[in-house]
Amino acid sequence: MPTRSALRNICPQREGKGAGKPPERPRTQRAFWVIPPVLALVLTFLYPLALLVQQSFTPLEGGTSVQPYVDVFEDPAFREALGTTVWLAVGATVGCLVLGFVLALVIAFVPFPGAKGVARFVDVFLSFPSFLITLALLFVYGTVGMANGLWTDVTGAASGPFQFLTTPWGVLLAEITYFTPFVMRPLLAAFSQLDTAQIEAASSLGAKAPRIVRQVILPEALPALAAGGSLVLIMCLNEFGIVLFTGAKGVTTLPTLVYSKAILESDWTAACVVAVVNVVISVGLYGLYRVVSRRVGA
Amino acid sequence: MLVHSRKGRWALWALFLLFFVPLFALPLLVIVAASFSTNWSGAFPSGPTLGHYAAATRGDALRALTTSLVTALTASVLALVVGTWAALAAHALSKKGKRLMDALFMLPVAVPSVVVGLAVLVAFSQPPFLLNGTRWIVILAHTVLVTAFAYQSVSAAVVRLDPAYEQAAASLGARPSYVLWRVRLPLLLPSLNAAAGLCFALSMGELSATMMLYPPDWMPLPVRIFTATDRGSLFTGSAVAVVLMGATLLVLLAVSRIRTRASYR
Repeated sequence: MPTRSALRNICPQREGKGAGKPPERPRTQRAFWVIPPVLALVLTFLYPLALLVQQSFTPLEGGTSVQPYVDVFEDPAFREALGTTVWLAVGATVGCLVLGFVLALVIAFVPFPGAKGVARFVDVFLSFPSFLITLALLFVYGTVGMANGLWTDVTGAASGPFQFLTTPWGVLLAEITYFTPFVMRPLLAAFSQLDTAQIEAASSLGAKAPRIVRQVILPEALPALAAGGSLVLIMCLNEFGIVLFTGAKGVTTLPTLVYSKAILESDWTAACVVAVVNVVISVGLYGLYRVVSRRVGA
Repeated sequence: MLVHSRKGRWALWALFLLFFVPLFALPLLVIVAASFSTNWSGAFPSGPTLGHYAAATRGDALRALTTSLVTALTASVLALVVGTWAALAAHALSKKGKRLMDALFMLPVAVPSVVVGLAVLVAFSQPPFLLNGTRWIVILAHTVLVTAFAYQSVSAAVVRLDPAYEQAAASLGARPSYVLWRVRLPLLLPSLNAAAGLCFALSMGELSATMMLYPPDWMPLPVRIFTATDRGSLFTGSAVAVVLMGATLLVLLAVSRIRTRASYR
């Protein structure tokens, strides 16, 4: 394999301004190659988004006004959905962070036979769609599922105590289950770069495990936690499949509200208004996430 | 080793299993178990059967599987082409231009997929682009959703690419197109493979945008699973879900085999 210094000996004329950069070509020519993919993105993504915003300002009677926004914001169903979306997303993110940190800590620092396999399993888990979790929870905690079946068998009662699946708590459980691996993966990557000597030094100086976690491991893990946590927050705000599959009439989030307004009620303008609100929240948070993750270098 | 006492270690492992097994391993096992049974009203499923699989690999369900495979394959190929092109072109730009391209191409990740579905539906139900009611609108929406991941994966790899190779090729008189085709793309192959697997898996499991715009004759597997469970046939739904997981895993496995061959090059 030719190293860069070897190459410099072979062709010294490449030394200097051009080194480390692709072969220099006029800037206009390089910018030209950007046009086709950007055009594709504009046509398939930005143009639809623009039409969506335009539609949200177009009431049924025609014309352009902010009346649709006023109507939607006064709708109690929308306010409730907004509140539910935010607290579910925040709750699920906190749950994922705590659970993901503990699980990744055990896999990385208290390894057991098969820990590698568990880490691989986490990767596979990420490639499955989210609604499978809700489907599984229906069998575990559903009205006739495993947990309630056990309860009625043991106590002889007519119905079991686990009825939370169609409430926001069921959605919260499913979201924590599905999104925790998204926190674990960057954490495991960060832990694998942590020098074991640091932990051994702290340990030989007499620090107990909780103190090592707090003062050595946690500071190293903070960038990964921040990156993973904000990613999970955005994905929870945008989650649709989990909420749809619980079939809970009582749980409406912004994405399911968009769906029901557009497909079930055919109220396109209201659907577009809710969609614009959802986009503003998510994209705003995403911008924050990019700034944060660049700042902490994750 | 963080915890030195044997007792402490066992306590931690027990805690780990307590969280890990019910939360992560159980759901997948439960779906597989349910797909083989007719009834589940106690601790364990009962009435073992293969009937749900017979139903899941015949007629509508089989059509849904091919629909999903064709959609995912087409969307992944399109996303790879657009994403790789954009990543390579962005790499040649100035720092400011690169950052703008990053923001542009990562934007679809931040926008909820339901909203992407709605926007695509609004835009392509009116002239000049009438795609509503055709399979192309589903494929288009999937492509938009997964292109960001292809872009991200490739542009991370382009940065790590040693420029010495392409400079050597160029100094020996290779034209830019030849350098791209014979030097840069082969070196990017491992990350292209990873991106292909990711795009395929994401598209196979895509539900939210698809729910907004699938035409009746182009119903992918996730929608099929939803309609089955929504009607109350949970067991048929889980058999279809196992088919979905199996198909996704098989393709991922095939893709990872290509990757190992490419990286030994």
